[in-house]
Amino acid sequence: MPSPHTITYRAAVLEALFGEMRRDGSVILMGEDIGAAGGVFKQTEGLFAEFGSERVIDTPISESGVFGIAVGAAMTGQRPVFEVMFGDFITLIMDQLVNQAAKINYMSAGQFRVPLVVRTAVGVGGNLGPQHSQSLHAWPVHIPGLKVVMPATPADAKGLMAAAIRDDNPVVFFEDRMLYNLREAVPEGVHVVPIGSATVKREGRDVTIIAVSRMVHTALAAADLLAKEDISAEVVDPRSLMPLDVETLVASVKKTSRAIVVDGGYRQYGITGEIAATVAEHAFDWLDAPVLRIGGANVPIPFSKTLEPLVLPDAQRLARDATALVRGQR
Amino acid sequence: MTSSPQMATVSPVPSIASAEEGLRLLRAMKLIRAFEEQVRNLSAAGVIPGLVHLCAGQEAVAVGVCSLLRADDMIASNHRGHGHCLAKGGDVGRLLAEIMGRRTGYGLGRGGSLHIFDAANGNLGTTGIVGGGIPLATGAALSAKRQARGQVTAAFFGDGALNQGLLFEVMNMAAIWRLPVLFVCENNGFGEFTAIEDVTAGADPLARGQAFGIPSETVDGMDVLAVRMAAQTAIERAREGNGPSFLVCKTYRYGGHHAGDKQDYKDAEEAKAWRLKDPIERLSRLLKESGLASEAAIAALTQEIDREVRAVVDLAKVTPLPADDDFEAHLYA
Ligand SMILES: Cc1ncc(C[n+]2csc(CCOP(=O)(O)OP(=O)(O)O)c2C)c(N)n1
Ligand SMILES: [Mg+2]
Repeated sequence: MPSPHTITYRAAVLEALFGEMRRDGSVILMGEDIGAAGGVFKQTEGLFAEFGSERVIDTPISESGVFGIAVGAAMTGQRPVFEVMFGDFITLIMDQLVNQAAKINYMSAGQFRVPLVVRTAVGVGGNLGPQHSQSLHAWPVHIPGLKVVMPATPADAKGLMAAAIRDDNPVVFFEDRMLYNLREAVPEGVHVVPIGSATVKREGRDVTIIAVSRMVHTALAAADLLAKEDISAEVVDPRSLMPLDVETLVASVKKTSRAIVVDGGYRQYGITGEIAATVAEHAFDWLDAPVLRIGGANVPIPFSKTLEPLVLPDAQRLARDATALVRGQR
Repeated sequence: MTSSPQMATVSPVPSIASAEEGLRLLRAMKLIRAFEEQVRNLSAAGVIPGLVHLCAGQEAVAVGVCSLLRADDMIASNHRGHGHCLAKGGDVGRLLAEIMGRRTGYGLGRGGSLHIFDAANGNLGTTGIVGGGIPLATGAALSAKRQARGQVTAAFFGDGALNQGLLFEVMNMAAIWRLPVLFVCENNGFGEFTAIEDVTAGADPLARGQAFGIPSETVDGMDVLAVRMAAQTAIERAREGNGPSFLVCKTYRYGGHHAGDKQDYKDAEEAKAWRLKDPIERLSRLLKESGLASEAAIAALTQEIDREVRAVVDLAKVTPLPADDDFEAHLYA
């Protein structure tokens, strides 16, 4: 096992990109300002210097067209990592993603594969307003044929990016830009986290909090608060949304008998509903309370300093809701 | 730049090199015509479920371009794609099986006419999304450029795709990255039931390619030799690393938008006039007049192809339908 070092989330993803690009000459990067400029979030810094413009391709602002080209390149031997600057803009590639990338392996009966990664920065914060703050991960995860991952920690970001690049299917990789400066221990050298494996971040007895991406950290903070009230919360991070590690999630809920699902995307018809229903289907007889869903507010994400913080749950609110659930007050 | 798109090119008269070449082109076009006729019958008889879009009348474009492509060159097709699939070397039996939804088809019968992929022959697929194949061919051209084996790719699309923004995005990148791709528009005058003039601004579709500095040419799409000549130049340009070309091939679909379409939006006189330009008749005439093939040789070819296609139809009818196991197969790689 290689030794860990402490680096940021941003640096961890970059480490995976360097590693995979050195390992496999078919890995190419495509995106806006990712070349000499190093990316608007400095998320591709240094790649251009090492791999040049042939492999780190600065594209025009033509998301739909560039992504369509990436799909064609993936069908013919490349492993493109296509970057959508802000997650809000995945709407612009939806046709290529839904009608082409997701189905080509199926429609061609395996004659053509589409091994590509869409990476995109999502998340509320920094007052970027309604068109630069959304987490639209519920969109691609609805489509058979796509895989969707959403790492919460630097180590998982590195390991899942490596796995996503090596996967022979289209994988959508959502990174919360508010996590970019988070520093944690990350294994050095090759580190691959299998797609489709959840992880228990903290063990507990009384309630399972299933939290996605940045909400994992909110859930861990809430678990600290709950401990002071003598409530023992287990925090589970699915890490991948498709495929979903149902077994790990359900095992935890069977143990604690209560479940809360927390996600930063819009609550309506979203991730929380799907996971809550899945847990209820598999662990109904073990549940002591209805599964609680906590999602992002169902409003466009407002710009103002007073309103933006209302969009996502914080640790206090999550702890309050968990307490009520455990004490039978819901 | 090897040639300026603004320059009016004076085309030399297309000619034919040998009897063998002429008969090869004739055979390829006749095969498509005979195939489409069978598909039309099978569709009318209910043996083929769903909708099929036939390309009778447009054979010269597919054959003209594909007859110059190598096996490892790639194409992307559109919804009217049987001709492209056959011209690129596709297997008649597997093609028909897929169109009939049989498990012996290219996609185990799960794609149908709109989703025919043939990796072995460099076919990136027919597609149900108007304009959807254009970026795929261009992405394959990006791969071709990286792999530096001199491969070229061709995207076939209709006049309907001339108004998809995707085309302009992709043309822009093909031009700035000098990708080895041919944009081949089959301008048959209609998108479904709507005339192109009613929905398309600008005097000439060529301007769409010229705007990106892409060498662009109008081609008589009813003349396989004219298509070949234009394609030859474009393919050489691409192979030599000089980037994309845009060919607007004027053609006509004899049938409706889909098999069974009543076509009451078409002008009868106009339809008749186009029939007089029939690409198969035209090449047959040329071969006879230039003494490269006899009437009897051409008749024999026609009979041979009819027999071949009939045999394929008979076989396809008894091939198995997909089984339950095929339902989810290849959902993920
Ligand atoms: C994106 C999209 N919009 C609309 C349709 C419905 N549709 C299928 S074929 C067609 C007309 C296409 O016309 P053209 O590109 O000229 O091809 P042609 O049928 O004439 O060969 C339309 C509108 C579609 N399949 N995809
Ligand atoms: Mg048309």
